[in-house]
Amino acid sequence: MSDPTHLTLAQARDALLAKTLSSSELAKAHVEAIERAGLLNAFITKTPELALDAARQSDARISRGEAGPLEGLPLGIKDLYCTKGVRTTAASRILDDFTPTYESTVSANLLRDGAVMLGKLNLDEFAMGSSNETSAFGPVVSPWRRKGADGFDAARIVPGGSSGGSAAAVAARLCLGATATDTGGSIRQPAAFTGTVGIKPTYGRCSRWGIVAFASSLDQAGPITRTVRDAAIMLRSMAGVDAKDTTSVDAPVPDYEAAIGASVKGRRIGVPKEYRLDGLSPEIAALWEQGVAWLKDAGADIVEISLPHTRHALPAYYIIAPAEASSNLARYDGVRYGLRERGRDITDMYEKTRAKGFGAEVRRRVMIGTYVLSAGYYDAYYVRAQKIRSLIKRDFDQAFANGVDAVLTPATPSPAFAMGEKGSSDPVEMYLNDVFTVTVNMAGLPGIAVPAGLSSNGLPLALQLIGRPFDEETLFSLASAIEQAAPRIEPPEPWWRDSDGARP
Amino acid sequence: MSVDSAIVRRIAHLSRIAVGDDEVERLGQELNAILAFVEELNAVDVSGVEPLTSVLPMKMKKREDVVTDGGFADDILANAPEREDHFFVVPKVIE
Repeated sequence: MSDPTHLTLAQARDALLAKTLSSSELAKAHVEAIERAGLLNAFITKTPELALDAARQSDARISRGEAGPLEGLPLGIKDLYCTKGVRTTAASRILDDFTPTYESTVSANLLRDGAVMLGKLNLDEFAMGSSNETSAFGPVVSPWRRKGADGFDAARIVPGGSSGGSAAAVAARLCLGATATDTGGSIRQPAAFTGTVGIKPTYGRCSRWGIVAFASSLDQAGPITRTVRDAAIMLRSMAGVDAKDTTSVDAPVPDYEAAIGASVKGRRIGVPKEYRLDGLSPEIAALWEQGVAWLKDAGADIVEISLPHTRHALPAYYIIAPAEASSNLARYDGVRYGLRERGRDITDMYEKTRAKGFGAEVRRRVMIGTYVLSAGYYDAYYVRAQKIRSLIKRDFDQAFANGVDAVLTPATPSPAFAMGEKGSSDPVEMYLNDVFTVTVNMAGLPGIAVPAGLSSNGLPLALQLIGRPFDEETLFSLASAIEQAAPRIEPPEPWWRDSDGARP
Repeated sequence: MSVDSAIVRRIAHLSRIAVGDDEVERLGQELNAILAFVEELNAVDVSGVEPLTSVLPMKMKKREDVVTDGGFADDILANAPEREDHFFVVPKVIE
């Protein structure tokens, strides 16, 4: 058969069940693709032996008629998910050789359903970043390149972040799908930058247990895949209540795949006027108009809505997220796990360990978080930001109360940029990437990024749909309508492959 | 509000992150850039607004206050940088 890495997750699942393909063949093809993609640096830890072994077991289960919903399907796991017996780094030096003795609930759910893990995917350190340039294991290179008049530009393009390894690996066909996490846009922005699909489900839909914490009131797990259907299949396995995360919600997990292709006739789609930012690029504005037209053609009703507190979401996020991070990251003290630097006394040991173990962006965010929570500033910054968060959520509540089923916005303010191009002199320049995605985390809502076109320089662009709490099904239906209407975005040709399989 | 070098050192110490003399000025500039970015929030009218503590209208789940798990001392110590029997070893805390 032709190259099985070119199958979608759904196609591979069907081929395995029809026994026209074995899980071992599928895993081997992906292991080889990964071996030849060292240049992309998408993986921090590769687990080819574990994958081939798991695939053999899947083949045995398939032949016994005991296949789970994801039986034998090779996936990548973001290296923020703790994996039993496999080093977990969060892309930070501070975790050193940390090897969990337990499995995160979401990755355990995937394994329960038969999935095969190929390895641990690169990310921004502690998921703090929008370009995957803050990883202690080096940046991830996007499989996409800019196109000019004379062919491809030599500049290396970022895959977005923080789930940059997940997005790049899926776009480069190194895995059929990948887990990711989203605190302010970390699933949807890299999906948008790489022409893949990424959904951040409703806060509480997936358990956070065993996922390295960044900002606990905002963090959610979700998948990145090449199609909307594949995202629906993965999310069904990932989601569900968990006694180990009290914020996980005890609501039935629907068969999301059944929502693919369902009619969107008569659904009310809100288009928020506040997302029409000053200086919004004409290309993004046109894409947004196009998305409106596609949904209108599919029978949806389009209404303009107002989300008046939108512009305050990003600044409020940059108080709340660092505040929670400064608290969550207090645990990295060189005592129970990870790196330890010697010091004169215990405080000196803490300070030296954390200075050496944390990268520049993490240090900055921990310090900002510490500042806004410190005596005398707590009310002025933190409490005020939490009040603004209430206002942002109220905006969405009102839109939904007025009968809006989902909200359509651009996913990012620009296509992907080149490495080193943003944020080197001013950290805020990088933060602006999340301007369209961060409101969704602040309000705890589900949001999906779906590829919708290419920029003038040949890079993917995406639209975002935001839904009512726990109405991921509507998002899958609408996103699949956009996917059907949009021009097909083929993943790039594998220019990154070296000929002999050796690392460059 | 502007962060000066004394405040940078104080925040760094509260954060338990060692900061070199050569880093203080640059860190101060970066922190000030972020604080300038969030400055606009001061203009928002938040009178009568409750701070959001949970995005979901749910009660905190509670369970019976009983031991449900445990006995994993080896697992818990498995990744410790320095350990002795079933204890984490740290520099002397009390003289």
